[in-house]
Amino acid sequence: MKTPEEIFEHLTSQFGEDELSFESRDIGQPWIAVQASKIREVSKFLRDEPDLLFNTLMCLSGVHYPKEEELGVAYHLNSTRHNHSIALKVRVPENEPNVPSVESIWKTANWHEREAWDMTGVVFDDHPNHKRILLPEDWEGHPLRKDYVQQEFYQGIPTGE
Amino acid sequence: MINFAANTTYTLPILVHAAIPLTIILVYALVAIWGERKIAGFIQDRLGPMNVGGWHGWAQSIADLLKLLQKEDIVPNNASRFLYKFAPFMMFAASYAAFAVIPFSSSYIGSNINIGVFYLLAVTSLLTLSIIMAAWASNNKWSLLGGMRSAAQMVSYEVPTIATVLTVIIVAGSLNLMTITEMQAGNDTLGFLPNWLIFQNPFLIVAFIIFFISILAEAHRVPFDLPESESELVAGYQTEYSGLRWAMFMLAEYADMLLLSLLGSVLFFGGWNSPFGEFMAGPVWGFFWFMLKGLLLVFVMMWIRWTLPRYRVDQLMHICWGILIPLSFINLVLVALWEVIF
Amino acid sequence: MTINMGPQHPSTHGVLRLELDLDGEVIKNTRPNIGYLHRCFEKYAEKMDDYSKVVPYTDRMDYVSAMNQEHGYVIAVERMLELEVPERVEYIRVILAELQRIASHLLGIGTFGLDLGAFTPFLYCFTEREKILDIFERTSGARLLYNYFAIGGLIKDVHPDFKKDTAEFTKTLRPVIKELNDLLSTNQIFIKRTANIGVLPEKVALNYGASGPVLRGSGVEWDLRKNDPYSIYDRFEFDIPTGMGEVGTIGDCWDRYIVRVREMEQSLRIIEQALDSMPDEGDVTEAVPKRIRPKEGELYARTETPRGELGYYIISDKSASPYRVKARAPSFVHLGLLPAISKGALIADMVAIVGSIDIVLGEVDR
Repeated sequence: MKTPEEIFEHLTSQFGEDELSFESRDIGQPWIAVQASKIREVSKFLRDEPDLLFNTLMCLSGVHYPKEEELGVAYHLNSTRHNHSIALKVRVPENEPNVPSVESIWKTANWHEREAWDMTGVVFDDHPNHKRILLPEDWEGHPLRKDYVQQEFYQGIPTGE
Repeated sequence: MINFAANTTYTLPILVHAAIPLTIILVYALVAIWGERKIAGFIQDRLGPMNVGGWHGWAQSIADLLKLLQKEDIVPNNASRFLYKFAPFMMFAASYAAFAVIPFSSSYIGSNINIGVFYLLAVTSLLTLSIIMAAWASNNKWSLLGGMRSAAQMVSYEVPTIATVLTVIIVAGSLNLMTITEMQAGNDTLGFLPNWLIFQNPFLIVAFIIFFISILAEAHRVPFDLPESESELVAGYQTEYSGLRWAMFMLAEYADMLLLSLLGSVLFFGGWNSPFGEFMAGPVWGFFWFMLKGLLLVFVMMWIRWTLPRYRVDQLMHICWGILIPLSFINLVLVALWEVIF
Repeated sequence: MTINMGPQHPSTHGVLRLELDLDGEVIKNTRPNIGYLHRCFEKYAEKMDDYSKVVPYTDRMDYVSAMNQEHGYVIAVERMLELEVPERVEYIRVILAELQRIASHLLGIGTFGLDLGAFTPFLYCFTEREKILDIFERTSGARLLYNYFAIGGLIKDVHPDFKKDTAEFTKTLRPVIKELNDLLSTNQIFIKRTANIGVLPEKVALNYGASGPVLRGSGVEWDLRKNDPYSIYDRFEFDIPTGMGEVGTIGDCWDRYIVRVREMEQSLRIIEQALDSMPDEGDVTEAVPKRIRPKEGELYARTETPRGELGYYIISDKSASPYRVKARAPSFVHLGLLPAISKGALIADMVAIVGSIDIVLGEVDR
């Protein structure tokens, strides 16, 4: 069992401090911010390193930050072997929201990434089935963006009340 | 051959003759559907239908029938219209026609032909055909799957059914159901048991068990109800049917159940013979005993239905080809040997 | 042949559509299609002007285990507020959550039997579930969607007979579990239909993020009530049943099923212990805050629902409404692993597999 700080130290000893930073706020849990380009290597390391063994991805969520004009992806990892967990976060600009997919590392990510694309519009590179999951394929916009405006008609059917 | 149009003196008696089994089937179907729901209810700690008609919802099936008669008769687009509409009636006709050779009582049998058993098995094979017809004509993939299952199942299970029927024929020495029944009269076995075939030969008990399992499959009852299996194939070949045509399917299914149970009671349990020898015997009592034996077997079928889960299609085939068929043929030989030795 | 299983099919447990590529009856490929029951839970949660107004929406996610859904959410928000909850409230919550777990497992087991053609166990299970719903009705006034847990406490105190009713129920359930084992678990046909079907090996299960009975059925001893204790679960003694491959391979449908049956017994143990030590007096609403405004921050709080790990990822930006609420629903994850374990199965097996992972579509689509 390791604390988030220890996990962060372990990570920086492997990847250096340029692409990683440890962040926390007033309350709640801390997280490790990772450069988008590095997320796949970091994930693979976290999964396979014997001291860490994050064998499950619990949750993957897309978040919209309109003030910074950014989109974020939060990864919540868990290890059933060592019984510790950690959160990773990736931020990408709204106009180029590309994040490497971690589907090849945790299969859970397949559907969660599709949902994040569907809801917030993060594009996951190398995803095997990059389609919307909850909404129809021809839906306009990504509902969980803060500036989302619902389309008035979907295939001629009014969507409002 | 009787020429109906030319010979009116024959027409009326024949119609009356033919109407008797039809009446029996219709009344039985209403009672059996209500009964099945009550039995299911009691097995499951509930009451079943209680309201329609007052006493324990006895009129429930009549109400259901009236409802079904009023329903829209839907024919799906791109269905093969003629076959689609024809299949339910053909299915019912097949099971109805088979009742012709059933000896309901010592003085009533539709047609006392000397190849009764053979005729019955041949006519019921039409059921398979009508199910495939319905399944294919519906233009529905689920129905088609159900139809294919049904074809495989019924063709396979006819083999053990016939093999066990053959064992009875070896003992009885006749294909005429009336003759088979008549020879089971009296109470002489071991001094007190009726002369029913099942008590005549220990291997016939095995034969009856195989026969009963096979007729469960032939009548599409749980645990072999794969052609319908509502939780897998929605309702199999019945999926697209509605109203009266669907009611015909249900009627045919229940009639088939009764038919096979009655066949079982003729072959193994002495048909219309009273279990008490001369006591409570006679044509009317004969009918009572005969129906009672048949309905008891129907009850066991219902009981099994509400207790067991369903087999999978490959397991079903394995039971038939791997267990029942070899067993029934071995049993056939053993029965024959027994007959030769004793 | 490609066939559509659902959205209107009796065994898809709701509006799930599975596109199946078939060869005869053998499944070559499965493509689950979801979203028919999407009700914008996450968007609604962001639009609420108060954290406590999200609670009724959580009910509607997994509508057969609404108490557990609420429990997860209120725990998440309480952790953000660093709120201490009165002892009595914790006990009542645990008892209700465990009762709900039993109710949900009863439904899962019953419908699983129904999928395999066994109609009667389904109604036996429903009779028992009915008794739990009666307790819930007397407690909260509702039978399915309770809106009973409040942040920091409960909406109101339990019915005076609550303890008596619950104790009575725990006594009646045990014989029923035994009956269920006789009727279903050890039934040869049932075993034939479920053993060695839909085998989910441990490695695959972990990689696909499985949790709850699905993961435990694969032989992993992982239960958040033990491994990451929340509420007061660390005070109770109970075991974690896992699949042992008694009738087939570890991780088959029968293992997932039997884990649920055995979990009901463990839940009964927890309830009995909780009833013994539950304080009789205490105001259940005293810690409920008037105004809920967490500081800036975020957390991921996970709880063990009957279906598995329910996680709420909540971001707060100091305002009165949550900035982002993401619900990690176990059924969503489990449905994602369906294609992996259904290859080469028959249609009849597909029904068994879907039944054994026990999904609730309200939770999948949210």
